[in-house]
Amino acid sequence: MTVTASPQGSIVYLENVTVDFDGFKALHELNFFMDYRELRVVIGPNGAGKTTLLDVISGKVQPESGRVIFGRNTDLVGRRENEIAALGVGRKFQTPSIFANLTVRENLELSLARPSKGVVATLRARLHADQRRQIDEVLEIIGLLGRGEERAGGLSHGEKQWLEIGMVLVQDSELLLVDEPVAGMTDEETEKTGRLLRAVAEERAVLVIEHDMEFVRNIARTVTVLHEGRVLCEGPVEQVQQDERVMEVYLGRSRDSHA
Amino acid sequence: MRTLERRGLLAAAVVLVVVLPALNALPAGFPLRLSDFTLNLFGKFLAYAVLALGIDLIWGYTGVLSLGHGVFFGLGAYAMGMHLMLEIGTQGVYGNVLPDFMVWNRVTELPLFWTPFYSAVFTLLAVIAVPALVASIFGYLTFRSRIRGVYFSIITQALALSSWLMFNRNAMNLGGTNGLSGFKRVFGFTLNSAATQRGLYVATALCLCGAYVLCRWITRSPAGRVLVAIRDSETRVLFAGYSPAAFKLFVFVVSAGLAGVAGALYVPQVGIITPAKIGVLPSIEMIIWVAVGGRGTLLGPVVGAVGVNWLQSVLTTNYPDLWLFVLGGLFVAVVLFFPDGVVGTAEKLLVRVRSLSLTAAPHPDPLPKGERGVSP
Repeated sequence: MTVTASPQGSIVYLENVTVDFDGFKALHELNFFMDYRELRVVIGPNGAGKTTLLDVISGKVQPESGRVIFGRNTDLVGRRENEIAALGVGRKFQTPSIFANLTVRENLELSLARPSKGVVATLRARLHADQRRQIDEVLEIIGLLGRGEERAGGLSHGEKQWLEIGMVLVQDSELLLVDEPVAGMTDEETEKTGRLLRAVAEERAVLVIEHDMEFVRNIARTVTVLHEGRVLCEGPVEQVQQDERVMEVYLGRSRDSHA
Repeated sequence: MRTLERRGLLAAAVVLVVVLPALNALPAGFPLRLSDFTLNLFGKFLAYAVLALGIDLIWGYTGVLSLGHGVFFGLGAYAMGMHLMLEIGTQGVYGNVLPDFMVWNRVTELPLFWTPFYSAVFTLLAVIAVPALVASIFGYLTFRSRIRGVYFSIITQALALSSWLMFNRNAMNLGGTNGLSGFKRVFGFTLNSAATQRGLYVATALCLCGAYVLCRWITRSPAGRVLVAIRDSETRVLFAGYSPAAFKLFVFVVSAGLAGVAGALYVPQVGIITPAKIGVLPSIEMIIWVAVGGRGTLLGPVVGAVGVNWLQSVLTTNYPDLWLFVLGGLFVAVVLFFPDGVVGTAEKLLVRVRSLSLTAAPHPDPLPKGERGVSP
């Protein structure tokens, strides 16, 4: 299956992107695009290039070749992580990474979108009433309303994950990159996270990497399967699951590895 | 609570700036009179406290351990010392306009880089600008290359060692091993007078108050929370749209400037600066003051710098052999048992006592800075 690109209508558009780690091609002339307000799940066996895909979009890894176009025509290649974040790409890491010694509210305040995040501007930054309201809204969405003054380090694993999603939300990102959000979560927490991500995707594009197939079936509209740094196939969950090649490289292997 | 804290700080400032020098100004023989020696000693401690505040900013708040702050202290001290050397004029041992050590080293002409230090204004600027400039170049190169944690500490230690070696060389024209000493006057006032020393003490106390206000402003601003955030998770800060390197560079330069001010205040009160104040060991001692006092609080470094040095002066006069063991023991004890230092531990106890006495009233705790044990 080939990817038909529509650069005008896509929030992010990767064209012939290759990432080479000392001879190992983590991404191999990858073509990938996502629409505005789309919730996309990327699956694939270990080493397929899923996390590298997020690294390339968020600026953590620079590709050897290819273009990464964000929005209308912003090329992300060569930009620093904080610059890309300020452009509107938020990233949630696999292991919860929050600021343990700040309160929940301070975590969100710090992540707020600001006209400038330079040192001088930040020294003099003040919180506006609408920003305060925005933080309260996000606290409600992530289920931590009333716990804003608690030290973030004291939250449970699941709560930390939601806080981090909240932090990416107040960043006003148009595109959210979410790496294995439900790893290590209880069933209840997983379900809550699924609801949270679906709600979040109403207003912005969300790209999720996930291993948990039940979770994928639960939240996904479109699934992209990566294999050896390329897109193997793409489509609705049911269709992808029926695909023979997918069963071969992904489900087959994963059954082996889980046995 | 907030006003109580503010009042306490104000009271402490009044005691340091007004009461202590007033007690010293009492006529001799008066029961409460503070001796010139004690006031001078205190002046030195307060200069150290200015330096400790700067170290706390970069280490306690931002989590970046610099083992090279002796260099910045030394740069400020030497800048001031050079001016004081030139103020001696022809009153030196050799009666030459050149500083004595230059005559001794057969230098016939004042080196070019010494001449601007005739100017008091230039000297006062250089005291901050020189360490700040060195820190900005050094910090830019290291932080931009994303050198972190223990690697940054090792590089700053190398900076301390190499600076020490450099300042020891006679060819530097900075007095070699003997450093700069024999000062007679400071900005026209005779150094060897109680009134001048009292004035220097008051200037030091005022600088400490200024440094405290500056650090308080920085740490309480949103940028202060970015610093704590860098300590917790630098990557997250980066992906939240901030450049951790820029913020680290900023605090590193501020703390180097404070160290320079401390050095400049130290020199006229102690009367000598040598390379021994620059090297690896003094830089580590400075870290110990902050650790003992309590990093991540602003009161901690002040308490630590004054307390540890006071202890040192008491012990070295009475039991000279004991001091190094006590210093080492102190550090081990802080690392093992009181990672929050004196002030941090006291704060925690206070919070616990208050929550016991106010079990009914839930109140948002303004000082939830536990877990300060994480550091590179």
